[in-house]
Amino acid sequence: MRTFGLRSVAAVLSVGVAIGLVGCGAAGGGENEITVYSGRAKSLVQPVIDDFSKATGITVNVRYGQTAAMASQLLEEGDKTGADVFLAQDAGALGAVSKEGLFGRLPTDLTDRVPEQYRAADDTWVGVTGRARVLVYNADKVAEADLPHSVYELTDSKWKGRVGIAPTNGSFQAFVTAMRVADGDDKALSFLKGLKANDVQLREHNKSIVADVDTGSLDVGLVNHYYLYEKAEEAGKPVEQLKARLHFFSGGDPGGLVNVSGVGVTKQAADDADVREFVDYLLGKAGQTHFTETNFEYPLIEGVSPAKGLPPLSELDPPAVNLNDLDSLDQTVQMITNAGLA
Amino acid sequence: MTTTAGRQSSGSTTADRLAAGVGRRVRGLPVGMVLAAALAVAVGLTPLAYLAVRTAQAGAERVAAELLTARTAALASRSVALATVVTLACLAIGVALAYLVVRTDLPGRRFFGVVAALPLAIPTYVAGFAWLATLPRFAGFWPAALVLTLCSYPYVYLPVAAALAGTDPAQEEVSRALGRGAWRTFSGVTLRQLRPALASGGLLVALYVFSDFGAVSLLRYDTFTRAIFTKFNLGFDRTGALVLSTTLVALTALLLFTESLARHRARYARLSGASRPPLRIRLGRMRWPTALVPAVVAGLSLGMPAVSLTGWLASGVSRPEPVGAILTAAGNSLWVSLLGAAGTLVLALPIGLLAARHSGTVPQLLERASYAGHALPGLVIGLSLVFFAVTLAYPLYQTTAMLALGYSVLFLPLAVAAVRAAAIQSPPALEEVARSLGRGPLHVLRTVTLPLTAPGIGAGAALVFLTCMKELPATLMLRPTGMDTLATELWTKTDVAAYAGAAPYAALLIILAAVPTWLLAQRTGVWNETNQ
Repeated sequence: MRTFGLRSVAAVLSVGVAIGLVGCGAAGGGENEITVYSGRAKSLVQPVIDDFSKATGITVNVRYGQTAAMASQLLEEGDKTGADVFLAQDAGALGAVSKEGLFGRLPTDLTDRVPEQYRAADDTWVGVTGRARVLVYNADKVAEADLPHSVYELTDSKWKGRVGIAPTNGSFQAFVTAMRVADGDDKALSFLKGLKANDVQLREHNKSIVADVDTGSLDVGLVNHYYLYEKAEEAGKPVEQLKARLHFFSGGDPGGLVNVSGVGVTKQAADDADVREFVDYLLGKAGQTHFTETNFEYPLIEGVSPAKGLPPLSELDPPAVNLNDLDSLDQTVQMITNAGLA
Repeated sequence: MTTTAGRQSSGSTTADRLAAGVGRRVRGLPVGMVLAAALAVAVGLTPLAYLAVRTAQAGAERVAAELLTARTAALASRSVALATVVTLACLAIGVALAYLVVRTDLPGRRFFGVVAALPLAIPTYVAGFAWLATLPRFAGFWPAALVLTLCSYPYVYLPVAAALAGTDPAQEEVSRALGRGAWRTFSGVTLRQLRPALASGGLLVALYVFSDFGAVSLLRYDTFTRAIFTKFNLGFDRTGALVLSTTLVALTALLLFTESLARHRARYARLSGASRPPLRIRLGRMRWPTALVPAVVAGLSLGMPAVSLTGWLASGVSRPEPVGAILTAAGNSLWVSLLGAAGTLVLALPIGLLAARHSGTVPQLLERASYAGHALPGLVIGLSLVFFAVTLAYPLYQTTAMLALGYSVLFLPLAVAAVRAAAIQSPPALEEVARSLGRGPLHVLRTVTLPLTAPGIGAGAALVFLTCMKELPATLMLRPTGMDTLATELWTKTDVAAYAGAAPYAALLIILAAVPTWLLAQRTGVWNETNQ
C-alpha cells in the first residue's frame, strides 16, 4: 500500500504512450493498403472484406462505428482523415458528408451499375444494398385478404392498438420523409396524428417490432424487410416457419420506400486504384451476392437475385421519391414529435 | 482562511524559479500544485472548448433557434426530474449498502462489498434491454429511474464505503457514550462525516443521468440527451446537436452551484493520531434477515441482466468468435481501462488534493471546473477529442495513448471526487509535520499524503476502471483502427441482434471488472477483518 502511487502510475503511463506512438503508423494507407470507416456492422461487412483481401491481396484496415457518429467524426477530421472509404448504413449520412465536400467523384462505370434513384446525383456516393419498408404481420392474427393496400389505411379504426412503429428509428423517419416528399407535409402530419389517435404501439427498434409480431403481442408493424430474416436466423429456423410474414406495399405507396446503404470515397483517395478496386468489388457479383445471402438485403446490380422468398427489386413499386431529397430529416423529427409519437 | 502573504522571489533565473516553484507558496497556495491542477483542469475542459468553437460557428441566430423553444424547456425539466429522483434513490441505496458492509457484522460482507460495486460495469443499454426483454411494457419515467438507479448507485456506494472505513470512530464513541442510540449516532454523527462523500457521489449520479442515453432511449423516456442523439443519428445534424448540448453544460453549472451550497465547510480528519478500524454494529438476530438488503439490490442490478444474458445464450444460434478473439478483446479492455484509470488519477490528484487542503477561491473553482463537461454525452466528448487530436496532436490520433487520454477527460470528475473526499478525511497535520521536518513537497506527497488517502484513491481508481471498461462512443472514435474491446464487441453483436454471441462478452466484461474491484477492496483495507 505504501508504494501505491506516482512511480507505478508514471511507469504505466509512459509505457502506454510508447505503445501508442509505435502504433500510430497504422492510420495512413500505403500501397496495397486501404482504410475503411464502416458505419455498418462488423458481422455484415468483415466477411466481404476478407474475401476482397483474399482475391486482391489488398490489406483493408477497418474501423467500425455507428453511422451517424462516424459521419460526424469524418467531418471533424476533414482533409486530415485517415479514411479512404466510408461505408454507411444510410443515404442520409453519405449526403451529410458529401455536402461538406469531403467525398471525391466516383467513376461512372462504377456508379452506372446501380439504378439512378439509388446513387448521388453528382456521383459522390453510390448505393450498395437496398432495404424495403414493409408491413410485418402475424399470420395467425391477420388474414392475407385483410392486409392493407396502402400504409394510410393503418389509421383506420380496424387497426386500433394493433400496429407497432419505431418512431425514433432512422428507417421510420426516412419513410416519413418520403411520405412528406411524395404526398406533402399536411398528409404526412395527419397520418402521424391518425396513428397516434389509433393507439399505435411504440418500440425503440425494428427488431423488437418483429419479435413482438412473431409472438403475437403485436398484430402488425412497420419495419425494414430484412429484420424478419435476421430474426429467423437468430432463432435458428427457416423464415417460413415464423409466425411473422412480410407484406409489401405497392402502387408507389410511401409505405413501400426502398432505401439504401452505400459507399463514398474521400477526396484524397478518389483516384487510388486500390480504393476503386474495393468499390468495384462491393458492386460486383461476389460482393452483392454476399450481402444478399448473409444480410438478406436487396442487391442493387443486375444479375444477382435477392434472398429466397423476396420479390425481385424490379417488381417492387416504391414511391417516386429521390433519395437525395430525403435530407430534410430535421422537419420530419419535428413533425413526429408534434404528432406526439416521440 | 489562508491569507499568508506570498514571498516574492527576486533576481533568480527562470530555471531556478521553476525548480523552487514546486515548493513555493503564493498566498498560502503551493504554486506547483496549483499549476498542475490548472493544467489538469484545462485537459478536462477540452469538450467545453470544442462546444464553444462549434457554437460560435453556428452563429447567434441558429443558437437562439435551437435553444429558445418550448421543447428545450420541457426536455430540460424532464431531465432534471429524472436526475433528482435517481440521485435521491442512489444516495439511499449507496449509504445503506456501504453502512451494512463496512459498519455491521453482516454475513458475507466481503462478498457483498465487491458485488455492490459491480453494477457500474453494466452498460445501461444492457440493463435496459434486460428489463425490457423480461417485461415488455416496462417503459417510461419510473422504469428509466429504476434502471438508472440500479446502474449508478455505486457512484455513491464506493466513496461512502471508503469514507466509512476511514472515519475516526472517536466521534461516534463519544456520541454513544453520551447515551445516543445507534440511529441518532448514525444520523447525527456518521452522516455528517459522510457529507463530502455524499455530495460528490450524488453529484456524479446526477451528471451521469443527464448524460445517459442507453437507458432512456430503450425505456422511452424523452430527455435532453435523447433529443441530442436524435439530431445526431437521424438528422445527421452535428451543429444542431452540439448547440443543444450547451444546455447540458448550463444544467451542470446549476447543479454544481447547488452542490456547493450543500457542502459543509467542516473538516472530518481523525482526532486521534493512530488509525483505528471503524466500529462495527452487531446485528444480532437481524444478521441474516439484513443480508436480504444487499442480496435484493444485487439480484435486481446484476441478477436480472444475468438471467437475461443466459436467456440470450439459450434462445439464439449466433456464436461468438473463437476464444482467441474474445481473449484479445478482454486483454485490450483491461489494458486501455488500466491506462485510462492511471491517466485519470494523475490528472485528478492535484485537483482533488488542492481542493481538500485549501479553501480559497482558486482551488475551489478549479475543482468545480473539472466537473463542467461531465454531463455531456460520450458522443460529444468523443467528437471534441477527435477535433483536438486532429488539430493539435495528429500523430497521437487513434492511438492507445489518445484513447487513455480520452478516458481521463471523460472520467476526471469521478477520480477528483474520490481523491478530494479521501484527502478531507486525512489530517493535514501529518503533512505539516513532515514538511516542517524539511521534507520536500513531492516527498511528503509520496510518503504521507498518498498512503493516507490510498483507500479513497483506490475506490476512485476502481470507479474509473469500471467505467472505462463499458465506455462505448468515445472508444469507437478514438481506439486504434482495428482494435476491439469487450464493449465494442458487445455493441457489434447486439447491433445485429446476435444476442447469443453477445452474451459471453457481456459476462466477461462483468467478471473482469470484478477482479480489480476485489483486489482494490482487499488492498485498501476497506473491508478489513481486523475489527473486534
